Amino acid sequence: MRNGDGSASAPLVVDRPLTAASRREFLRVLGLGSAIVLMPSMFAACSDATAVTRGRSAAVTLDLSTDLGVLNYAYALEQLEAAFYEEALKHIITGCSSSELHALLQIGQHEIVHREFLKAALGSNAIPALQMDFSSVDLTKRDPVFQTAKVFEDTGVAAYNGAGKLLHSAAYLVLAGKIVSVEARHAATIRDILNPKSMDFAGDDVVDANGLDRALAPSAVLPLVAPFIVTPISA
Amino acid sequence: MTNTTVLGGIDPEIALPQDIVDVLNFALTLEYLESTFYDTGVGTSGLIPANDLAVFQQIKKHEDAHVAFLLGVLGSAAVAKPTFDFTAGGMFSDVFSNYATFQAVSQAFEDTGVRAYKGQAANLMSQPDILTAALQIHSVEARHAAEVRRLRGLDGWIIGTIGNLPAAVNAAVYGPGNPPADFPAEDNTVQGGINLTGITSYGSDPLSASFDEPLDKATVLAIAGPFIVS
Repeated sequence: MRNGDGSASAPLVVDRPLTAASRREFLRVLGLGSAIVLMPSMFAACSDATAVTRGRSAAVTLDLSTDLGVLNYAYALEQLEAAFYEEALKHIITGCSSSELHALLQIGQHEIVHREFLKAALGSNAIPALQMDFSSVDLTKRDPVFQTAKVFEDTGVAAYNGAGKLLHSAAYLVLAGKIVSVEARHAATIRDILNPKSMDFAGDDVVDANGLDRALAPSAVLPLVAPFIVTPISA
Repeated sequence: MTNTTVLGGIDPEIALPQDIVDVLNFALTLEYLESTFYDTGVGTSGLIPANDLAVFQQIKKHEDAHVAFLLGVLGSAAVAKPTFDFTAGGMFSDVFSNYATFQAVSQAFEDTGVRAYKGQAANLMSQPDILTAALQIHSVEARHAAEVRRLRGLDGWIIGTIGNLPAAVNAAVYGPGNPPADFPAEDNTVQGGINLTGITSYGSDPLSASFDEPLDKATVLAIAGPFIVS
């Protein structure tokens, strides 16, 4: 189920000069460098999901009674997460230690891999690239970046947990399972960075008295992410 | 007794198909293992440094809750709690006196637990509420695994097959199951027939870390076997 265009690398466009040379080198080594990759797809014009372009954005409708609809729901959430880290990492994030930045870079890479994987798997059935808006988050400071990442990762875990039973294909369920545990590892890591060696990595705010993580239906997830996604999504 | 509130919408009065019971008893066995392990570890004075105690108390609380939850769902169909040997026949002889060993065994249990639940998800599709609960446990195990890995100086996610466990244990915990085509090693970079190296510019480290791999029941039991006496 490869894309007909045989899509190449992640569509990462860094449109803003990085002010610290050492940081630029760090990003380059980690593959989040400044190379502009042209996407030869029909969505090339809006493949930079991190840019808040002010044009019109056609609404997206997800049919969650089908596996393609559920996978596109996952693709939408992965687009959100990937775009967030791409956008945040364009900034100098003050107060962020090198190990914290390293964690952020790796998590961003994983989300980009998830996004590109789902895009390739969905092929011509994929929804278009969504327009994001992170202007409500101060991406120049550690705490708002990590607090927002925590919300996205926890929400991603809850969304996959809630969507698993909607899938009809065992193969897709296993694929979703392969992704959701990595999202949970991200969530725990970000929570541990924000509140080291506390109970927060799997805090009582997300794990209930039965030891169960949250599971949220798409109807509960979409309003949570709507403030960051310009493109209207209905399901 | 119908206790749907406590059991997250799962009605224990409804008889479960035997294949579902088998999956849940497999999960219960692993939860017994983890719960007993943390009960002993947290209860062993001087083992866990004060700075790390909150982490393991939280993990213990969850594993205890998982046992109670599965016992509630299974009712009289639940298997009995085995007797455990956490030294695994002497391989981890200082598991409750050396914190580093305790952490290593903890990581092995948690990362294996994530793989075990993932490997059973498809077997629970006929029972949507039970599938959801299993997924909810699965992600909690992944949070545990990430935290313990970080305490041990590793990344929270699995790069290649890196686990810094004794070689034979590491190979089993992060290696392939059976059949390998369905249960690849954790360094797998082909997902759903798509070679990830073809869709991004990244090397194998982030590609393998982006996906966790499932493990089949027999392979999981082979890993847990040395810790289970009866």
